[in-house]
Amino acid sequence: MLELKHIHYSVTTPEGVLDILKDINLVIDDHKLIVFTGPNGGGKTTLAKIIMGLVQPTGGQILFNGQDVTNLSITERAKLGISYGFQQPPRFKGITVHDLLLLSAGEEKLSKDRCCQYLTKVGLCANDYLDREVDVSLSGGEVKRIEIATILARNSQLMIFDEPEAGIDLWSFARLTETFEQIHRQQDATMIIISHQERIIQLADEIVVVAGGQVANRGTTEEIFPLILANTLGGCPVLQKEESK
Amino acid sequence: MINEIDAKLLEKIADLTGKPVGAFNIRKDSGCEARQSTEHIEITSKTDKEGIEIRIKDGTKGEVCHIPVIISKSGVSEMVYNDFFIGDDCDVEIVAGCGIHNTGCNESRHDGVHTFYIGKNSRVHYAEKHYGENGEKADGKNVMNPQTVVYLGENSTIQMDTVQIRGIDSTKRMTRFVCEAGSEVVVTERLLTHGQQEAVSEMEIELNGADAKSRVISRSVAQDQSQQLFYPRVVGNAACFGHVQCDSIIMGDARIRSIPEIAANHPDAQLVHEAAIGKIAGDQLLKLETLGLTAEEAEDTILKGFLA
Repeated sequence: MLELKHIHYSVTTPEGVLDILKDINLVIDDHKLIVFTGPNGGGKTTLAKIIMGLVQPTGGQILFNGQDVTNLSITERAKLGISYGFQQPPRFKGITVHDLLLLSAGEEKLSKDRCCQYLTKVGLCANDYLDREVDVSLSGGEVKRIEIATILARNSQLMIFDEPEAGIDLWSFARLTETFEQIHRQQDATMIIISHQERIIQLADEIVVVAGGQVANRGTTEEIFPLILANTLGGCPVLQKEESK
Repeated sequence: MINEIDAKLLEKIADLTGKPVGAFNIRKDSGCEARQSTEHIEITSKTDKEGIEIRIKDGTKGEVCHIPVIISKSGVSEMVYNDFFIGDDCDVEIVAGCGIHNTGCNESRHDGVHTFYIGKNSRVHYAEKHYGENGEKADGKNVMNPQTVVYLGENSTIQMDTVQIRGIDSTKRMTRFVCEAGSEVVVTERLLTHGQQEAVSEMEIELNGADAKSRVISRSVAQDQSQQLFYPRVVGNAACFGHVQCDSIIMGDARIRSIPEIAANHPDAQLVHEAAIGKIAGDQLLKLETLGLTAEEAEDTILKGFLA
């Protein structure tokens, strides 16, 4: 179980203190699939990074399986079973897809069959990709799918994915949603997915709308999804004015 | 006599364990430790100066020739000339390299000039590893200055892989290729310096014949206060293709100068150069930490991959 208690995150700018996250409180039970959604700049990614330790909160507490992990490093949290799929994953000159999967699985050897399983789940063929370097020779979509495959290879208790659909083609996306569905069905892991995709939102046990640095709303897909659709004008006065004409 | 330290050096620089198969010449502390010629590869001593001549017969295929140099005495300084005469239609591998185990306070130094004459339609894979280490409480400097000159006959190719990871305090490498029509050069250079080490790598590739090609991939890491200078030059004198890529990771207070140069003396010469120097990207470290690696392990993994 993951508990976020009174999470605050603020930065100092020349104009003064800017609050990015304001008193976030959340409890996420095991084996749930939770989608964080909400407007750009609302604080979703920052919140996810705070769970992984990529960003240190300026206030509050994070408990993972009852253990206070607030002051633990990224590495320590990873070893406790938290993993994180980056929205824009880095590239590595000289490190192959196989190397990355090996590091992710934390094993000295990884059979081609197992690599193949992870890559197939993101729509890549092991024969074509295992020996390729994760460098600029790969497209953005390919790097993104490899990133997700590394999270699958981690096989951790809590998987966080930051916009896994971004940059991925329609066919691979369909394969990816099946994979999320399968992990969820088999109760293999707890998943937090930052997403704006209807297809992913519909898989969720619960939707958390993060806006303005706060949890603006949370509830089941049935409860929240119609509200998101109803609020497509996003509070923009120009659009609302046009709408009312 | 090959002792335990020598055996370790040989394994480091030439992946040799036990007696090598095929032609070989093991040079130790300025003397010939062991030598073997084969039916197709003949190794003889030079008569006018220090060094050996390696003659490979036309049509020799699939053979490997090892010519490692080891220095285990402190204070050895040598200048060696090795000439390679490779016939037509060959496909051979030559593994050179130098390992120094310095047990004293004196400088150990190996300067070598390797000259290759590669016949028509031949393929050569040439590997050269440099490695240095100091014994306990020994602070003698380890110095290596290799010069390589390669004359490529028509439609011949050479792939030259050089590796120098730690241990060599000062190195000045000069490499030159002269390429006839249809020939191809592929050079990969891997270098890691640390402490107060200095490394200079100058290279000149003359693409003189039609369809001559060259590709240089240089990757280096400079740590601590070490200094590196790269100066690869490609000269296109015909309808040819040349590409130079220099990538460096800079760490600590190191300094790197990278000066790739391309010069075209023919309208159909296509020459490209790229050079980049930068720190390890923060997001690379963070990604590997999210996989459970410590910051130190992540850095090590990135450097190993980069220099692989």
